[in-house]
Amino acid sequence: MDKIPRWADIFLVPFINLVLAFAASGLVVLAIGENPFDAIYYMIRGALGSTSGLGYTLYYATNYIFTGLAVAVAFHARLFNIGGEGQAAVSGIGVAVVVLAFDWPHWALALPFAIIGAGVMGAAWAFIPAYLQAKRGSHIVITTIMFNFIGAALMGFLLNGILKNPNTQNAESIGFGPGAHLPTAHEVLAPLGIAFSKSAPLNISFLLALLCAAGVWFLLWRTRLGYQIRAFGQSEAAAKYAGISSVKIIILTMLISGALAGMLSINVVMGEQERLIKEFVEGAGFVGIAVALMGRSHPFGIVLAALLFGMLTQGGFELLWEMPAISREMVLVIQALIILFTGALDNMVRDPVEKLFRRIRKGRI
Amino acid sequence: MSFTKAILGTASALAITATAALSDPAIIYDLGGKFDKSFNEAASKGADRWAKESGGKYREIELSSEAQREQALRRFAEDGANPVVMTGFAFASTLDTVAPDYPDTKFAIIDMVVDKPNVRSVVFSEHEGSYLVGVAAAMASKTGTVGFIGGMDVPLIRKFACGYVQGVKATNPDAKVIQNMTGTTPTAWNDPVKGAELTKAQIAQKADVVYAAAGGTGVGVLQAAADEGIYSIGVDSNQNYLHPGSVLTSMVKRVDVAVFDAFSQGADLTTGFHVLGLANGGVDYALDEYNAKIFTADIKAAVDAAKADIISGKIKVHDYMSDNNCPIE
Repeated sequence: MDKIPRWADIFLVPFINLVLAFAASGLVVLAIGENPFDAIYYMIRGALGSTSGLGYTLYYATNYIFTGLAVAVAFHARLFNIGGEGQAAVSGIGVAVVVLAFDWPHWALALPFAIIGAGVMGAAWAFIPAYLQAKRGSHIVITTIMFNFIGAALMGFLLNGILKNPNTQNAESIGFGPGAHLPTAHEVLAPLGIAFSKSAPLNISFLLALLCAAGVWFLLWRTRLGYQIRAFGQSEAAAKYAGISSVKIIILTMLISGALAGMLSINVVMGEQERLIKEFVEGAGFVGIAVALMGRSHPFGIVLAALLFGMLTQGGFELLWEMPAISREMVLVIQALIILFTGALDNMVRDPVEKLFRRIRKGRI
Repeated sequence: MSFTKAILGTASALAITATAALSDPAIIYDLGGKFDKSFNEAASKGADRWAKESGGKYREIELSSEAQREQALRRFAEDGANPVVMTGFAFASTLDTVAPDYPDTKFAIIDMVVDKPNVRSVVFSEHEGSYLVGVAAAMASKTGTVGFIGGMDVPLIRKFACGYVQGVKATNPDAKVIQNMTGTTPTAWNDPVKGAELTKAQIAQKADVVYAAAGGTGVGVLQAAADEGIYSIGVDSNQNYLHPGSVLTSMVKRVDVAVFDAFSQGADLTTGFHVLGLANGGVDYALDEYNAKIFTADIKAAVDAAKADIISGKIKVHDYMSDNNCPIE
């Protein structure tokens, strides 16, 4: 069967989806009596119009890159890891324990260990569902989503118990010391003479996210394990016939996926909050599914999709600010419409586009 | 093109409106949302009442993520909003770092203490109000067993529970108090189904008055109590009207008064520690036409006596949060 060109697959189809999504959102905004063009303007200006807005956009995007990659890696082995939420939450414990265990002299020393802590905890949380899938055939969708709840309960137990800061009634740990403070965009760019908002939470975790994206690309398309993961995802039976162990692939893929989801806590817990709080993931694990879908499970697409979702999150908040008639729930509706069109209704656009390209090709030949 | 025109038009309109809203008060609602039928909603009522009575305008925002706490605080402060009021203890750590950056802006935080020169910390004596409803519960109970259902298991809710137990035991030393917390995560504030289940479990253990200090979860508690024909006690807002004849009374916590006061004082907001207790009407029990029949004269006399004694200092109700400990269970 003819396939559409790569550029159309990666750019054209998502772009048409996006236009449709904005059109539908525009109708919603219109229905409550506001100007949709104003709304789009506020969202875009809010997300990109200032270094502060940009800082928040990229901060959120960092989260979505991590969780998007986590979902994508599992997708390639045809595993649907919807436990990114729980894996990221539990990884926060790893970060907190590592950072609070020592009086770190410098962040550059603390960061590698925090990454290990986050990765190990995230991977550990993915390991049990992976093991159950590989050895017992318990469906990974069910087990990973249940582990989200167990993760939330575990966090609650620890943050109300041994990790709790006795001076507050919020379920949160004590603040991390200054030695573990990750440089923010402001601190990195100021010596270079670039003024960047001081309050924006963007920090060097963004670079870590880009590094992870490159790493995932390398893993999937340049290593033997990546080949095995993709082969397993294409056809489990064929992969088995070729001597690929399904147990090994399922478990290794999920460990990588969980560790990637865990990197989110480097950005949020270590980079932003500088303390462990209860619900710091805030749905980023689930947004990661949409990001991976929209990015076609390719790291490059995921980075782009994550930027878009970062813009939506930050722009949505600005919209709330500028248009009091629009409530928090309305912003959610707009964001949901965009996810619906770009993720779930993907084939609605893809099929006509494929037909169109087929017709063009036939015409040419 | 009409699209570019619309955008350009918007840009020019924006330049004009951007300078408005100087020194208006502002309020930030917590993640529960403005319309949570409880804490945040009470706060928004206070803000509305201020707007109506003073004719002034205020700005408000509902948060949808943790990262937005700092963002919202800074934006309001930078836009010149004064004072900036926030609802809930979860703001404490953020306010602690943000407040020193804006020494000319006054902040007010409800339900938590943040020790900064430009911050007013409003706390309520929930233990005193809970003591009163504890007295009422002990008086109304026939089985000698009463229940308490908390929302999220945090010291604040234990403070409610502890005050309640003290009130019950002071009235009937042999009474038994069954305590349950709905959960340990913020979702425990909004789980009416689990609230109803816990209520039924407590009824099975012979409880015939149940006090819900659980935000939205309490709706389920009150419903189950009404279904099973026992008494319940509401919290935060006056919830007597929800099930007339079943809701014995409500422990009202005047969050609206806290917001109204802060807004009224405007930029001259007095800072520091601010306690709203029985004496200044910050907490109280609720008596209206919906519970007049069941809230008998005997109960009222006992509760009012306790209230007078607490105000005069004759009864000291132990505050759980003062030492994270409750003298009696």
